[in-house]
Amino acid sequence: MEDKIGVFICTGYGIADALDVDALCKVATDEFNVPFCKTVESCEGPGLKSINEDIASEGLNKVVIAGISPRRYPDHAFPEQVMVEPVGLREQVVWCLPAAEEDTQMVAEDYLRMYLTRVKKRQPLEPFQPEETIDKSLLVVGGGIAGLTAAVEAAKAGYEVKLVEKTAVLGGWLAKQHKSIPTRPPYRDLEDTGIDELIAEVDANPKIKVYTSATTGEILGAPGLFDVTLKSAGNGKPEGEVVDQFRIGAIVQATGWRPADPREDLPYGKLDNVIRNVELEEMVKSQGRITRPSDGKEAKSVAFIQCGGCTNKEHHSYCSSICCLTSLKQALYVREQDENSKAYIFYEFMRTPGKYENFYRRAQEDDGIFLTRGDVTEVKPNDNGGLSVTARDTMLGEEIQVNVDLVVLAAGMIPNAADGEAIRALEDAKVTMVEGDSEAKKKDAAETLERLKQHDGTQILNLGYRQGPDLPSLEYGFPDSHFICFPYESRRTGIYPTGAARQPTDGMGSRADATGAALKAIQCVEMTARGEAVHPRAGDKSYPDFFMQRCTKCKRCTEECPFGVLNEDKEGTPLLRATRCRRCGVCMGACPERIVSFKDYSVDIVGSMIKAVNVPDEFEEKPRILVIACENDAFPALDLLGQHRLQSSPWIRTVPVRCLGSVNFVWITEAMSAGYDGVILIGCKYGDDYQCHFVKGSELASVREKNVREKLEQMAMDTERVELHQLQIDEYHKLPGIFEKFAELIDEIGMNPFKGM
Amino acid sequence: MSGEAKPILVIGGGIAGITAAVEAAEVGYQVILVEKDAFLGGRVMRSYKYFPKMCPPTCGFEINTRRLRRNSRITVHTLATVEQVSGKAGDFKVKIKKRPRYVTGACSLDDSIAEQLTSERPDDLNLGMGTTKALYYPHDMAFPPLHMLDRDALSESDAQTLTKVAPAGAIDLTMTDEEIEVDVGAIIVATGWRPYDATKLDNLGFGQCENVVTNVMMERIADPRGPTGGKIVRPSDGAPAVNVAFVQCAGSRDENHLPYCSAVCCMASLKQARYLREHNEAARATIFYIDIRTIGRLEKFYYNLLADANVAFVKGKVAKITEDPGSKDLILDVEDTIAGHKPEQKFDMVILATGIVPNTVDVKIPFELEYDEYGFIDGATDVEGIYAAGCAKHPCDVSRAAKESTAAALKAIQCVNRG
Ligand SMILES: Cc1cc2nc3c(=O)[nH]c(=O)nc-3n(C[C@H](O)[C@H](O)[C@H](O)COP(=O)(O)OP(=O)(O)OC[C@H]3O[C@@H](n4cnc5c(N)ncnc54)[C@H](O)[C@@H]3O)c2cc1C
Ligand code: SF4
Ligand code: SF4
Repeated sequence: MEDKIGVFICTGYGIADALDVDALCKVATDEFNVPFCKTVESCEGPGLKSINEDIASEGLNKVVIAGISPRRYPDHAFPEQVMVEPVGLREQVVWCLPAAEEDTQMVAEDYLRMYLTRVKKRQPLEPFQPEETIDKSLLVVGGGIAGLTAAVEAAKAGYEVKLVEKTAVLGGWLAKQHKSIPTRPPYRDLEDTGIDELIAEVDANPKIKVYTSATTGEILGAPGLFDVTLKSAGNGKPEGEVVDQFRIGAIVQATGWRPADPREDLPYGKLDNVIRNVELEEMVKSQGRITRPSDGKEAKSVAFIQCGGCTNKEHHSYCSSICCLTSLKQALYVREQDENSKAYIFYEFMRTPGKYENFYRRAQEDDGIFLTRGDVTEVKPNDNGGLSVTARDTMLGEEIQVNVDLVVLAAGMIPNAADGEAIRALEDAKVTMVEGDSEAKKKDAAETLERLKQHDGTQILNLGYRQGPDLPSLEYGFPDSHFICFPYESRRTGIYPTGAARQPTDGMGSRADATGAALKAIQCVEMTARGEAVHPRAGDKSYPDFFMQRCTKCKRCTEECPFGVLNEDKEGTPLLRATRCRRCGVCMGACPERIVSFKDYSVDIVGSMIKAVNVPDEFEEKPRILVIACENDAFPALDLLGQHRLQSSPWIRTVPVRCLGSVNFVWITEAMSAGYDGVILIGCKYGDDYQCHFVKGSELASVREKNVREKLEQMAMDTERVELHQLQIDEYHKLPGIFEKFAELIDEIGMNPFKGM
Repeated sequence: MSGEAKPILVIGGGIAGITAAVEAAEVGYQVILVEKDAFLGGRVMRSYKYFPKMCPPTCGFEINTRRLRRNSRITVHTLATVEQVSGKAGDFKVKIKKRPRYVTGACSLDDSIAEQLTSERPDDLNLGMGTTKALYYPHDMAFPPLHMLDRDALSESDAQTLTKVAPAGAIDLTMTDEEIEVDVGAIIVATGWRPYDATKLDNLGFGQCENVVTNVMMERIADPRGPTGGKIVRPSDGAPAVNVAFVQCAGSRDENHLPYCSAVCCMASLKQARYLREHNEAARATIFYIDIRTIGRLEKFYYNLLADANVAFVKGKVAKITEDPGSKDLILDVEDTIAGHKPEQKFDMVILATGIVPNTVDVKIPFELEYDEYGFIDGATDVEGIYAAGCAKHPCDVSRAAKESTAAALKAIQCVNRG
């Protein structure tokens, strides 16, 4: 299709007072030969309407509107097929620079040049559509409460589900429980677990196919196109034999948890009458009574020791969130058994958040339940076949001692999840041990093997991903990417961990959590079928295109993609699995050959925008500083700077990028060659509490920045000319200082010596 | 199937409501989002940072508003409330009343216009600490990005001024209530919460002692966009608050007030202790608690704070707070429950960790619905087609609210599909 470009320049909002609008029009008409350039009084309301009328009547398909910030347009302001580039002259020029000054005018004209360049180079998007149709059915791995719930809820919404469970029966831990903690008002009473009903619902639903005694032997492909091979997990069939093969669209990982090892200083495994909470549960479920394992005698008094294996000051571990409630529940089992029985609970903090407080209150009201805030220091056998428990009561400050029949350790939960990245690193190290070409490499590999040995053979999903067979984990082995606002995000598109596999959680929490995970899986297949990206660029119809003829198989993209999108063949050629892609552009930033591009975002487009700026010669003493800003946080912060009428710098020219990880460092060397005096990169926070919406993007940029400094040295440039900042969206007030300091620096070290060459 | 399905109505545009709306719309369903305030975001827009990452709520909000803007399946009504609901699951008729904004959106305004007015109103974003002009931009990231005019606060002469100085068509003082009717297949209630009224806790001195503030006020005080420009100072004299006490369970876990635990205030206070410590190296925080409820991985946040020598944790219930009339310092009467510890009694400032009350405690959804004894719409209410999420359902943090509203979106989708 032929380009029909139109430019609208808004005169409202004080723009015409601050800027020479005629001169702006001339940039479009004379420099860029745009046939259609018009001034409008506003780009909202009636102004917007008239713009849209002109777009229609002139048949424009590429439009630049110099006016308000792109973030200020009302929803769905323009027809979808028109490529619109709003230039936020109001926020990023007029509101933050002195009016009617030459330097301010230069900024505005440069922005117009940049966005005209961009719109010219943009191509219409064609949503990614693989040759095969997108499969919309789901795979749920794990048949506990979370997996069963995900399966039922997805099926109720009309989706086919394959549910695979490793053991011979469905139900997971909940099926082994006698009763459940309360899940409904008034939150005081024990309830049936409801697991049998849920299993019956799964069995009866024609949309759900259940495989028990099976595991995922292999999962190849990508969202919408996952090819799954199920293998037998024993139980009749030989282990490892292929059970079935099928295609699915998205995956819910509900592989649950296992109990933690108890505190080492307590005699679990040494004394028969010291058991864990899970064992007590199984005991009550199977025999209906609580007895002493040592002699089968009825247990009339039971001591519960909280945090019996998980939260621990020394280990800085997590709280399993469910053990307090479990012990309260089990204390009620004790009390129900015999009206004279006694339950002691030793705890540090009683954690019954929300309405679970009512359940705690019920236990407090029960005079057979003794709640003691204290540290248990010793558990030893007593004379009558029971146990003596000694604790330091932290409230009374004295030592107390009770005799009980049974001690129950509230052991915490450990996720049944594997760390895909660690497994991959381990496998790589194994290969290096055999094939490594230097002793140093082998030594490193040996260290890796030692460091990661606990991951050996732990794989669960067996994904055919270059970056490992399972989701990467964040902390304590949980495969979460831990966004507060976006709790379902994982680093493998279309694979959503849920329930206790993702975080410590109770049964009620698991059900809600799994329902949400099912929605995310459904959403993924629907968006994939429409050729759209999922979160955080939800709805984006662009996707990366690799110009393979020039690929040198350097593997940077396959290693750096935060989402494991790219597989590789034996030679190291990247193989794009486009439906896994989140469109962050990290691969584009990584590629030294610059072969990766999107139709609306490429090394060429951004590079050309950068070069579209008029750089005055040295003698004019007007430095030019390129600001490359993450569009998720830093770019909005620049808007806020204007909104608060803080002063920016007339020397800066900003280009927004999808993620700082997408910055191809050729832009920086090109900018230096084009005469810019320096470059400031602004991205999100990285490290433990990272805020990068693509998880790794800003961190990667920081690593690459170091390489760029080397490059600058080779060019005989001061390395200080490139600076990287981490900025939160609400830290806009820091920007003027950053710009000012940088300008001072340029003043000190002098202008770019290549200017005008 | 999503093509011909009826829309989903979401009541409440806080984090729970926004999440439910975008999650359902991204699957492919039509959504109508109704928010009573002039802007979306709800309570979290009044929070400075989120625990445990100490990141600004606006970071996620920016992504969410981008999702809203991009998605043509969502219709947002602000200044709107649901007046009437009739029908049944799959087929509800809903009357929505929209209050006038008096700002048309034809041309966005800028603050230079507001500055020419004299009429002011209490700043509700800052919980009444400070004022704004009668014409105001709700907050930095307001969505929709429009000013709001408080007509009741606007004097006659300011009304005249406005007609002169505002761009033509930008303001319309003749706007009136508008009523619209929509057919929807399912309803998600995400009407959220409000803080427990601290003046009811008469022993804790709120409203009597100047330097006793609540945790929600502290969120504003610590925020550079708040009433003190981010300086943590005492309301009485503007002096830096150096020695600060946090009183946990202020009203919560108390049968005379809120019998339940509000689930977020422990983490909120630990977070605020960090605000204080990051603000001032010399500052000291003492946290009086019954139990520290930092569940799951949030426990790490607690451990990290334990390592800070200037933060003390004291198990003890604060029985009474009084004020030294001269210095306005606060004297705490604490039942010290852990032997051997004598907590400090005198503080510069006290922060009450007040709890979460559901908005539905008195403003009910106009439909036969069951509420629990505290006014929450608990999941156990058996009305088909109506699903609660976030703090409308129970006290919870943002991550839990987001999860539950994602779940509610699926329940609603099932319902509109059947309908
Ligand atoms: C001091 C404090 C600090 C906190 N800090 C954190 C933190 O750091 N991290 C964290 O995760 N959580 C924190 N929380 C909890 C967090 O605020 C809540 O989880 C969150 O606000 C819940 O969101 P919501 O959407 O359910 O409710 P709300 O935020 O209350 O949103 C409800 C929305 O519905 C609207 N509404 C109400 N009634 C109606 C109606 N009838 N019709 C239409 N609209 C209506 C309201 O105007 C509002 O916009 C904190 C809580 C407190 C008390
Ligand atoms: S790096 Fe980003 S854009 Fe590139 S393939 Fe991976 S997810 Fe897609
Ligand atoms: S979260 Fe903490 S402060 Fe809040 S009510 Fe519960 S125990 Fe009390």
